[in-house]
Formats: sequence, structure tokens, C-alpha cells
Amino acid sequence: MDVQSATLIAGGLKYIGAGLATLGMIGAGIGLGILFGNYYVGALRNPSAAKTQQTNLFIGMALTEALGIFAFVIALLILFNAPSL
Amino acid sequence: MADPLHQFKIEKIVEFPTFHIGGVTVDLSITNSVMAMLIAVGLTCLFFLLTTARASIIPGRGQVMAEGVFGLIDDMADSIIGHDGKQFLPYVLTLFLFILSCNLLGMFTYFTATSQIAVTLTLAAMTILLVLAVGFIRNGLGFFKLFVPSGVPWYILIVLVPIEVIAFIMRPVTLTLRLFGNMLGGHIVMKVFAGFIVTGLTLGGLGALIGVASMGTIVALTTLEFLVAYLQAFVFAVLTCVYLSDVVNIGHH
Repeated sequence: MDVQSATLIAGGLKYIGAGLATLGMIGAGIGLGILFGNYYVGALRNPSAAKTQQTNLFIGMALTEALGIFAFVIALLILFNAPSL
Repeated sequence: MADPLHQFKIEKIVEFPTFHIGGVTVDLSITNSVMAMLIAVGLTCLFFLLTTARASIIPGRGQVMAEGVFGLIDDMADSIIGHDGKQFLPYVLTLFLFILSCNLLGMFTYFTATSQIAVTLTLAAMTILLVLAVGFIRNGLGFFKLFVPSGVPWYILIVLVPIEVIAFIMRPVTLTLRLFGNMLGGHIVMKVFAGFIVTGLTLGGLGALIGVASMGTIVALTTLEFLVAYLQAFVFAVLTCVYLSDVVNIGHH
């Protein structure tokens, strides 16, 4: 294989890599589902306590979501040829 | 299709000559990012000046809005940090209002300053430096108790302490990337669907159907983005409070 076609293939594989990197968001999606699902289960059983736990819900959401955002940022880094990669 | 990343391009609006301080080139030109932040801060100041100019015991519509925002952050800081929450209220409220106004301004198609990693990194660095300063001033070397949870046997501490240290180091990183990623991702998705409308309609036939469906999607996405704009500002403020609470109430948890 000559250099030119190898570079072309590598350029295409980059997109596959970026796509694979976004798979990390699956975990964040599942995590958010569990988080909000359990919050509503608890909130419907004891609605009077639901309001007080809203801040904790957002903290949990932020921490879970951060992991999905990591995957997104890695995908962007691959896609736009970040100098460090 | 138009480049969905074009919206994040920084352009100089007013150019100032560059100068050098200690070998570092400083460029204080006003870019569209700086302009967006200036507008956001200006609008926030204007809002609070107008709504609280003639404050009365029985609040009017504007005053209720201003007091609502203030009360939201005040209650939040009080419930997370506790008695000392009042000390940090000015910082947390400023942070919340700045991020919220920048996010909301971005929804009105001018420029989203919080989608620049430089801006979010600055905000996160300010927060974490404040946490470090407060931690060392209030507790001295007792600050390091933060990494040693109480009531844990020593053989578990060997594993736990490095994890706690890494978790602490990751805090500014996650603060930066969460806000940056949410704003960047949301705006890219909106522009991609806006591109689908144009490409779909120009194709005609079945393509027009896709264009109309994309139009519906973008309306739904816009409402979602307004929610995200508020939620991310709130989350940033909540996490700032949590991190401050960790060092203020050291050993109380």
C-alpha cells in the first residue's frame, strides 16, 4: 500500500474512532435513567420529602453526566485532530 | 451542509495593539466572545437595577423575579454549606448569574461565551482556588483531613486516600468540561438539525418530509436547551457550594 492511500484510510478510520468514543455515553445514559427513575420512585412514595432531595438529585446528575461529557470531549479531540493526540 | 462549528469561531470586533509583558504577548482586543460576556453582564446589571430600583415591602412583578433568583441561591447555599453559607453567597450568586446570562444569551443566536473552554476553565479555576484558599485559611494543615475519611480502618485508607486525592484533582476538570461540553454539544446538535431542514427541503419529495420533521425536532430541542442553560448554571453553583462546604465543614461529615 502506498503512502497516499494509507493516509486516506487513516483519515476515514478517524471518524470510526470518534464514533466509538461516543459509546461512552451509553453508560452515562443508563446512569441518568437509574438516577431519575429511582428519584421518582422515592418521590412518589414520599412526595413531601421530594423537594428537599432535589439538590442531591442535581448533584448526582452532574456527576453522572460529567462522564458522558468526557466521552464527547474525547470524540471531539479525535475528530478535530487535537495536537495532543 | 453548513459547518455546524462555524458559530464558535472567534472574531475580533475591536482591535487593540498587542504588547509584551515578560515575553508573553498580550492581546486585549474585544472579540465576539468578550462582547457576548459584556452584553450578558450588562443585561444582568440592568435587570437587577430596574427591578430593585424602587424596592417596596409589597414587591411588584420585577422585584418578585429578582428576589426569586436571589432566594433560590441563598436557600441553596444555606442548605448545603450551613451557617457559613452567607459568606460565600456573593461569589456563588455572581457565578450563577454570569453563567446563566451567558448561556441564555447564547440561545438568542449571538454567541455562547460558555461554549469556549477558556471561559469555563477560568470559572472552574477561580472556584477551585477559592476552595483551596478557604480550606487552608480556615483549617491550616487540617485541610488534608479532607482526603482521610474518618472511621475507616487503616488498610482501607491505603486505597482510599489516593482515590480521594484523584477525585479532588478531577474536580476543576469536570467543572470545566461539564459546562463546556453541554453548551458546545447542545448548540452543535441544534445547528445540525437546522442544516437538515435546509438540505431536506431542497431535495423535495420525501426530503421535504424530513425537513418538516427536523423543524419539529429543533423546536423541541430549543426548549430543552433553555432548560439545560438554566440547569448547568444551577449545577455549577451547587457544585461550587458542595466543594466549599467540604472545606468549611471539614470533619463534620
